[in-house]
Amino acid sequence: MKRGQKRVDEAEERCVSGPGAPEVCKRVRRAGSEEGVSVDWRLLPEEILLIIFQYLPLLDRAWASQVCRGWNNIFHTPQLWRCFEFELNQPASSYLKATHPDLIKQIITRHSNHLQYVSFKVDSSTESAEAACDILSQLVNCSLKTLGLISTARPSFMELPKSHFISALTVVFVNSKSLSSLKIDDTPVDDPSLKVLVANNSDTLKLLKMSSCPHVSPAGILCVADQCHGLRELALNYHLLSDELLLALSSERHVHLEHLRIDVVSETPGQTFHSIKKSSWDAMVRHSPQFNLVMYFFLYENEFGPFFRDEVPVTHLYFGRSVSKEVLGRVGLTCPRLVELVVCANGLRPLDEELIRIAERCKHLSAIGLGECEVSCSAFVEFVKMCGKRLSQLSIMEEVLMPDNQYGLDDIHWEVSKHLGRVWFPDMMPTW
Amino acid sequence: MSSINSVHWFRKGLRLHDNPALLEALRGAQSLRCVYFLDPWFAGASNLGVNRWRFLLQCLEDLDASLRKLNSRLFVIRGQPANIFPRLFKEWKVSRLTFECDSEPFGKERDAAIKKLASEAGVEVIVKISHTLYDLDRIIELNGGQPPLTFKRFQTLASSMEPPEPPLDPPTLELMGNCVTPVSDNHTEKYGVPLLEELGFDTEGLAPAVWPGGESEALRRMDRHLGPDSTAAWQENFERPKQNSSPLLASPLGLSPYLRFGCLSCRLFHCKLTQLYKKVKKNANPSISLYDKLLWREFFYTAATNNPRFDRAEGNPICIRIPWDRNAEALAKWAEARTGFPWIDAIMTQLRQEGWIHHLARHAVACFLTRGDLWISWEEGMKVFEELLLDADWSVNAGSWLCHSCSSFFQQFFHCYCPVGFGRRIDPNGDFIRRYLPVLRDFPAKFIYDPWNAPEDVQLAAKCVIGVDYPKPMVNHAEASRLNIERMRQIYQQLSRYRGLSLLAAVPSNHTEDVGVNDARGATAPPERRRMPCSAPPQLGVRREQPGPKHRGSRYRHSLGHHTSPYTNHGHEFAVPQQPGRLSWPVGGGTGKKEREVEHNGCHGDSGPSSSAQLKDYEKRREDAGGVAFSS
Repeated sequence: MKRGQKRVDEAEERCVSGPGAPEVCKRVRRAGSEEGVSVDWRLLPEEILLIIFQYLPLLDRAWASQVCRGWNNIFHTPQLWRCFEFELNQPASSYLKATHPDLIKQIITRHSNHLQYVSFKVDSSTESAEAACDILSQLVNCSLKTLGLISTARPSFMELPKSHFISALTVVFVNSKSLSSLKIDDTPVDDPSLKVLVANNSDTLKLLKMSSCPHVSPAGILCVADQCHGLRELALNYHLLSDELLLALSSERHVHLEHLRIDVVSETPGQTFHSIKKSSWDAMVRHSPQFNLVMYFFLYENEFGPFFRDEVPVTHLYFGRSVSKEVLGRVGLTCPRLVELVVCANGLRPLDEELIRIAERCKHLSAIGLGECEVSCSAFVEFVKMCGKRLSQLSIMEEVLMPDNQYGLDDIHWEVSKHLGRVWFPDMMPTW
Repeated sequence: MSSINSVHWFRKGLRLHDNPALLEALRGAQSLRCVYFLDPWFAGASNLGVNRWRFLLQCLEDLDASLRKLNSRLFVIRGQPANIFPRLFKEWKVSRLTFECDSEPFGKERDAAIKKLASEAGVEVIVKISHTLYDLDRIIELNGGQPPLTFKRFQTLASSMEPPEPPLDPPTLELMGNCVTPVSDNHTEKYGVPLLEELGFDTEGLAPAVWPGGESEALRRMDRHLGPDSTAAWQENFERPKQNSSPLLASPLGLSPYLRFGCLSCRLFHCKLTQLYKKVKKNANPSISLYDKLLWREFFYTAATNNPRFDRAEGNPICIRIPWDRNAEALAKWAEARTGFPWIDAIMTQLRQEGWIHHLARHAVACFLTRGDLWISWEEGMKVFEELLLDADWSVNAGSWLCHSCSSFFQQFFHCYCPVGFGRRIDPNGDFIRRYLPVLRDFPAKFIYDPWNAPEDVQLAAKCVIGVDYPKPMVNHAEASRLNIERMRQIYQQLSRYRGLSLLAAVPSNHTEDVGVNDARGATAPPERRRMPCSAPPQLGVRREQPGPKHRGSRYRHSLGHHTSPYTNHGHEFAVPQQPGRLSWPVGGGTGKKEREVEHNGCHGDSGPSSSAQLKDYEKRREDAGGVAFSS
């Protein structure tokens, strides 16, 4: 065993001098044949071992690290610890396994300075969110580039005392100083903590996702947009969107924005929403002609008042609840940049004219999904014909296609397939 | 010549009509005994609801009554078949055992054991397929050894097969001939159908069955289908409920529980449907979609027949792992009709009271429990249905839940049923809710689907204060759908390795499945041809050509090369999670699979590095485009 260990060490030493990979392979083969038996795995050079380790799941790597000191050294190679995902689940609230506490301890003591891309996946329990914050507040030696706090079930960060969450998060903001991506949807992040983020990471921040962060105000996000000129991707709820924010994002010093995602969620029925000036959107499009505007609507039908009155540069549009024919009619008139449209439900009258208008006016539309939206078969065929092959995604529930005197349900997949130039079927749910 | 003493073993297939195995038992036999095994211990300890037990016992009563007309009886035997058969074989000098083929994995296992016991005892075993329209193994064979993964594919395969065999007539006294059933004086005592009470159920206050069990009832319903008013049956079977609550209610024409217990032969139903179609549509040839209801059932049987873990998330190769919440309290609210959403609660009440709900109602409550609102595992919902739903077959139940929760079968997931709007669209007046939730009876239609939005005076006038007399909604649907659609999107993006912004494109494509019939059966015309209207205008020639083998594009050829399921080909890596949670949420430290690395190379923040060369590239890209690191 000792001899073996020595040989591994020698092999490692030789590797350090850096022969090419084929050379290394030859050597291993030779070493194997000398003994007349199969390859001695302990002789594997470090660079190959490292590659193998990179392909192994963490648990297997941990097992392998117990083989010998050499493998154990590889296990602790900084390269293998740049990226880590903490999975924090409680048996009472999740079916998934959690990252072992000992491993967490080891990472904090031995590898926190190697961590660069970190995410936390927490289940719906407060304990898990708590545990994530505990880890965060110990990450004082690291310089993170990306950080993601991801709730896999009900958002549990929201249940933490705000101050506790904020102090943990600001540890990372203050110490990292080079954060480029930050995903903190559904958390109690607030304006002062965003200020800390900006003060320390304004030069590097490129992505910020903070949908449903109720403690942030429009002024808070405006401060981020004003200072972080490299910001390319932003996700937030509609109540944070303002004309000032759009103007700040389209200032000369600001890089082109790539994605802007807006979630429009109704908290109380009959809620009224502010509107955004057409001139602000125009400024945004002038500044970043290629930018994608993704909008998700979760509103009651009567809350759409301020939307789709003027032209809006939306590219991806999702209606998560029932939306009226009238609003969909306005979509056809006001969304010339539309690429994808998804409508979960609509009233009982067929959507025919609205779809035709959308086909006519939205020249870039390439994906459409219709749930509970009745459409007559002939209008649907006409729509597909107008859009033609650019429709790369076309999804509709079979049960909402209404046969008429032109086409029955059995003909429609032929007609549509013909215009799309590929085999197409409507979606089906079990009728059982 | 030794005499033939037959035993026919009833399990499902609780009927005399179209029962090929039973006819086999009669062929040349001197004696016939029809047995059914009932495990009294299982009854008490099982989770089957009282409605299902009552239905079963009524089926057995009816069977016994029909057998009496043939001078025979049903032998209900208390105990386990494997323990009791060897004794019966000896005692009754059995030489032939017949039963209907059971395609489900546990049934197959049980039957294999009994076949072994029978052969040890020198008993001939005859098994016949009659619970399904088709021989499922043939379908799997046609599909290259794997069950089809999409319903469309299944339809295509099914329509390329010979039509199902016509149903057989029930045995008659003439057919019985000299064959007798030895019945002892104490038969009822020893082998009679037990009462619910004897099985330990509390029947006090039990409402009369909305769905009476038994073959006779099934056939009566079948006949009514073909009665003078066939348009009613037409609407029943083929149209979407519109604008009133009646389709949501248990119908005297409904057949699904009877198909589940085999009181009605699916081949008889198939045959009658064809007749009905020809009658209504004036002899036009029906398209395959006419049989959708029956085919969905076959589809799930086929998908499950070789997969003993079909009803699980873990270790089930066709199930996507989704990090469902574990929440017993929320689950109980759903199961016990306390969600605070009248539409959901009314459906769950109907299910518990009557044992059946409309398929759209199933979609609604299944979506609500899983991907729509509560984010609770489909397995939990499936268990509740198993207890309460009369027509919940193991395969069909699990398959439907896999489908509704978007855990399998490549569903589009964007469409979540709204627990307020969906019901309102079907039944704007809310009569369905009033019927099952009398507490809300006096609410005006305007608020009956969302009573918490009603002003206080309206609530008081309705004598029902929300939060006091009826619960407040347990979730904010808008917020829950926002969260859940986002999670589904992330999960599906990881499956499809799609990185763009499109929601629709995140669903893994499944081209292999969409293609027409198997090349091996090249001579078979694509089913769609049969649907061609005779008067197709000439310019529509394209569509005639399109599916023909001659015109298959290279994409077709490519796809046809994959006779096996995508799961065993390119899809294998993603479809078979080796460790819980690995599939949908790969661990950052590197999860090993090459594809996964490739997938993460682009721009995903939740991921692991790959080989050092790739790693450098990866990190460089991260630095370049750090901004898109989370752009999933």
